[in-house]
Amino acid sequence: MKLSAAEEASKAGSGLPFQIRGSLQTLLALKILRPDDPAFFTGLLEKVAHAPDFFRNAPIVLDGGAVKAKSPECLAEIVERLREHRVVPVGLQNGSPDWNEAAVGLGLAIFGAGSAGGDDPTRAGRAGSKTTATPTRRPAGKVIREPVRGGQQVVAPDGDLVVMAPVSPGAEVAAAGHIHVYAPLRGRAFAGMNGDEQAMIFCEQLHAELLSIAGIHQVSEELDARLLGKRVRASLAAERLKVEPLP
Amino acid sequence: MSKVIVVTSGKGGVGKTTSAAALGTALALRGHKTVIIDFDVGLRNLDLIMGCERRVVFDFINVINDGIRLNQALIKDKRVDNLWILPTSQTRDKDALSPEGVEKVIEELRKQFDYIICDSPAGIEKGAYMALYNADEAIVVTNPEVSSVRDSDRILGILSSKSKRAEHGDTPVKTHLLLTRYDLDRVQRGEMLKLDDVLEILAIPVLGVIPQCTSVLQASNLGMPVVLDDKSNAGQAYKDAAARLLGEDIELRYVNPEKRGLVDWLFRRSA
Repeated sequence: MKLSAAEEASKAGSGLPFQIRGSLQTLLALKILRPDDPAFFTGLLEKVAHAPDFFRNAPIVLDGGAVKAKSPECLAEIVERLREHRVVPVGLQNGSPDWNEAAVGLGLAIFGAGSAGGDDPTRAGRAGSKTTATPTRRPAGKVIREPVRGGQQVVAPDGDLVVMAPVSPGAEVAAAGHIHVYAPLRGRAFAGMNGDEQAMIFCEQLHAELLSIAGIHQVSEELDARLLGKRVRASLAAERLKVEPLP
Repeated sequence: MSKVIVVTSGKGGVGKTTSAAALGTALALRGHKTVIIDFDVGLRNLDLIMGCERRVVFDFINVINDGIRLNQALIKDKRVDNLWILPTSQTRDKDALSPEGVEKVIEELRKQFDYIICDSPAGIEKGAYMALYNADEAIVVTNPEVSSVRDSDRILGILSSKSKRAEHGDTPVKTHLLLTRYDLDRVQRGEMLKLDDVLEILAIPVLGVIPQCTSVLQASNLGMPVVLDDKSNAGQAYKDAAARLLGEDIELRYVNPEKRGLVDWLFRRSA
């Protein structure tokens, strides 16, 4: 019997018919603040209805950090209502033992304390007793060494984008984080494409058709002519795009 | 080792067919067995430029779709040894080209020829993809003006992402710039882009700069590749380009103003 390449590889390895690997996912978190507020469900479902494509079948983590002192009786209803609207609650984070028990009863996973609600005094104590700090997670960056030609798009959806070759007119480069272009930037650049207002754009030679940070943009015509061809940094200041020469 | 070279540009009317005919002929003159294929289905031109339009019986599309043998469709040039033309159909359209059919013909040609020159249609639609897909090298024909440069840039992007070499992760298609219709007087007056301006955007090696020359149109109308005109500057420039394609290191001509004597200057003024 002939084995496929993948099968050969697994034979050569552990011999198991599967592999278990760590994987990182970004998940939505629903922080439960005032579940007894009468507007809780109407408000929540309105949000979902507003962007149905975004929420459809999307995994979501419930965060009980703010309400763990209360009884977890509302959890079942939240889970049910979310599922009715095709949002998939997958687990609970920052719960108390009561909340965790309720979550397990509803078929949810228990996430180790998440970073979003680190106001748990017991956790803080434990963290303090550790000598090593938890390493900060660095999102995936992307490095491009070939020219980005007109009509091409290069996107770094999770991190920074570094382009070590020219970006031609009519080309688009986009990143969740910063964009660095170590060559002339003649196309369009979109930094902070997911809304990160701290994102910046750096380039060796500014000839961009358009610069955008977190959706706030300037077209070439609006750029200061004195900066054209210069090494610059673009950032957001008070919701306006600021382009400054680099030393 | 045979090489498949696409002559492409994105933009129309920049001189793809003229260049394919001239370079193919120049390669054949240097003793390399060469075939030029017309990929512009429905707008058959190569046979006119090569002066063999009255000898076309079967074409590229017949070979792909109608079971005609390749050797029945290939037309041997009467002037130059080692040179063949594979004309296309004037009555069909680009949909008559199938990726498998084109690949099969190219593979068969690879067995017989040293150089297979694919004359691409303009645009970035199916015809252009078919012409560039199998290429080992690409000659990007560009005029010294902004729209042509932008379209060439687009084609370079397509070559680096959609060609067979790109899809299979092989060494990328080797790209060359052929700057045509370079009018030195107009460049000096600032009416046309300089070679350096074009290179700054496209950033690929220069295969040649072909000077604007009335001999090109004359040769086309006569159905004679311009390299066969010994008096033509454009013809000389194409021969240089072919030599560079063969790996020779030759200085660029016709890119700097010649030093003119007074008599010459007076002569030009009155001409």
